Amino acid sequence: MTRETAISILFVLALLAAPFAAQAMGEPFYITLATRIAILALAATGLNIALGLGGLVSFGHAAFFGIGGYAAGILVTHAFNGEPLLGGLPGTNQMIVIWITGALVAGLVAALIGLISLRTSGVYFIMITLAFAQMIYYFAISWPAYGGEDGLSIYVRNAFPGVNTLAPMSFFLICFVLLAAGLVLFALIRASRFGAALQAGRQNETRLAAVGIGPFRIRLVAFVLSAMVTAVAGALFADLNRFVSPSMFSWHMSGELIVLIILGGVGRLAGPLAGAVVYVLFEFALGGVTEHWQLFLGLILLAVVLFARGGVMGLVAGRARHG
Amino acid sequence: MSIALLIEQILNGLQFGVMLFLMAAGLTLIFGVMGLINLAHGSLFMVGAFACASVAAATGSFWLGLVASLAAAAAAGAVVEILVIRRLYERDHLDQVLATFALILIFSEGTRWVFGSFPLYLDIPRLLAGAVALPGGAQYPVYRLAVIGVGIAVAVGLYLLIGKTRLGMRIRAGESDREMIAALGIDIGTLYTLVFALGAALAGLAGAMVGALQSVQVGMGEPVLILAFVVIVIGGIGSIKGALVGAVLVGLTETLGRFLLPHLFGLMMPPSAAATVGAAIASMLIYVVMALILAFRPQGLFAANG
Repeated sequence: MTRETAISILFVLALLAAPFAAQAMGEPFYITLATRIAILALAATGLNIALGLGGLVSFGHAAFFGIGGYAAGILVTHAFNGEPLLGGLPGTNQMIVIWITGALVAGLVAALIGLISLRTSGVYFIMITLAFAQMIYYFAISWPAYGGEDGLSIYVRNAFPGVNTLAPMSFFLICFVLLAAGLVLFALIRASRFGAALQAGRQNETRLAAVGIGPFRIRLVAFVLSAMVTAVAGALFADLNRFVSPSMFSWHMSGELIVLIILGGVGRLAGPLAGAVVYVLFEFALGGVTEHWQLFLGLILLAVVLFARGGVMGLVAGRARHG
Repeated sequence: MSIALLIEQILNGLQFGVMLFLMAAGLTLIFGVMGLINLAHGSLFMVGAFACASVAAATGSFWLGLVASLAAAAAAGAVVEILVIRRLYERDHLDQVLATFALILIFSEGTRWVFGSFPLYLDIPRLLAGAVALPGGAQYPVYRLAVIGVGIAVAVGLYLLIGKTRLGMRIRAGESDREMIAALGIDIGTLYTLVFALGAALAGLAGAMVGALQSVQVGMGEPVLILAFVVIVIGGIGSIKGALVGAVLVGLTETLGRFLLPHLFGLMMPPSAAATVGAAIASMLIYVVMALILAFRPQGLFAANG
């Protein structure tokens, strides 16, 4: 086992242990904090497939995060008021159905966005993904059927068979298991032939083409997979807050997801988790000291970009073996 | 819907487009010359607006405020370039995105700290306060016409600066080969700072002029920044001509879409539904236009240097 694998497993175990410690100390608030970390880490793990492995700097992943959130909000609203959805399908409050729906819709949207934006690269790709996410953001604001600017409330947290999701600990465990699944998926993709081609496309597109592999389709598949994972995280985020609003689509959210990955370490398995831990704890600690915590967060981010390349994983586990 | 109203909306679209051009020109210049993607450009827009509003409030003169906005934005731009941006030119776009995202957090929260969360207001100067009659009988504010005039003047000025002066020649040379012009003995570091400050001053000017039309508040630069990105993607990154065409196109599409689409859908459905659907589609219209343009020309309308 390499040092990096060991440290990654350590991070995952620490996240699992934290809520139990919090419960033992009678501080249930920290369970919510750990849940938030797990959800953001899952969302960033999704982005890490596109950004870390494929080198696709998507500045629009908030779109997929928000689609997951709205899948939860819209389905449960229909389940609540009994009105059928499009095509006469009923709503639902079953998490599993919501995750699948959110992931499928996000995958479809990602395929459309990817078809257009993957024709470009570099700065164009960054700006186009940003613009598409903004398009969905403005649509969510101006479409009044599902709350418009005010968003949607989820009155009772959605259900999972055999689990009381209202208990913070059980909901944390659901999120944790999904995060673990997301990390396993990331590791499998990275080790697969597909992942090798994806990473080769990031490093040298011409050589990849020279061995007979076109990068476009591989990137499109990676982009779609990445969006689907982020969408599931979005659905969980909606359930955590019991509220969805267009702010899930905002470009600050997209920026935050990139920040998590860079803080943790780009393309590293546990990078998003390490980043989410650092980010949420910073937010919590600084937020308790000053209401202007974002100023200090900005300074810290700046310092990380300028002086600590490789992020947390770079610091504790050394440089990535493959550049 | 009357002709007068339509003319008014077209002028509004032009005014909006011109304002976007001031933002986009700086962005595209900075990208073209230094290869830098600068998310903090919207913050410089905000700095300009706050400088203008606070100086105008203190002295009672909009014109002093306008000068202050140019000075403050250019100074902020130069300081940021020297302290931070300079270290990013050799980095990849991901690092640039993150560092300038961090700058936004710093600028926004810093401004909130100094000025508080309440918006400031800026009055239109008395000289430009009136309205002129349009053909068809409607009145149109002189101030908005003046904004269009300033935008056109800046476009002409930039054209002359880039095309006809020694500084412009160096900027163009810097775009095509930075090693070569450094080898010819031109201080590339100072040139970069100058270009960044110029872009910042244009953003500050846009902020000050818009500040008199809407409230001056933290975060006001962000929607404009994203539209300016759309503009330069449509126009071709690095091309000033593209920025001008793209800005006018986006300004007109946005304004006329919001005005015409509800009328258009009104022909097919009841008015309340038409207003809703029209507004929703109009909010997405410029992105649809962008997607269409990119589907046929992935490098934008006036691709500069790849």
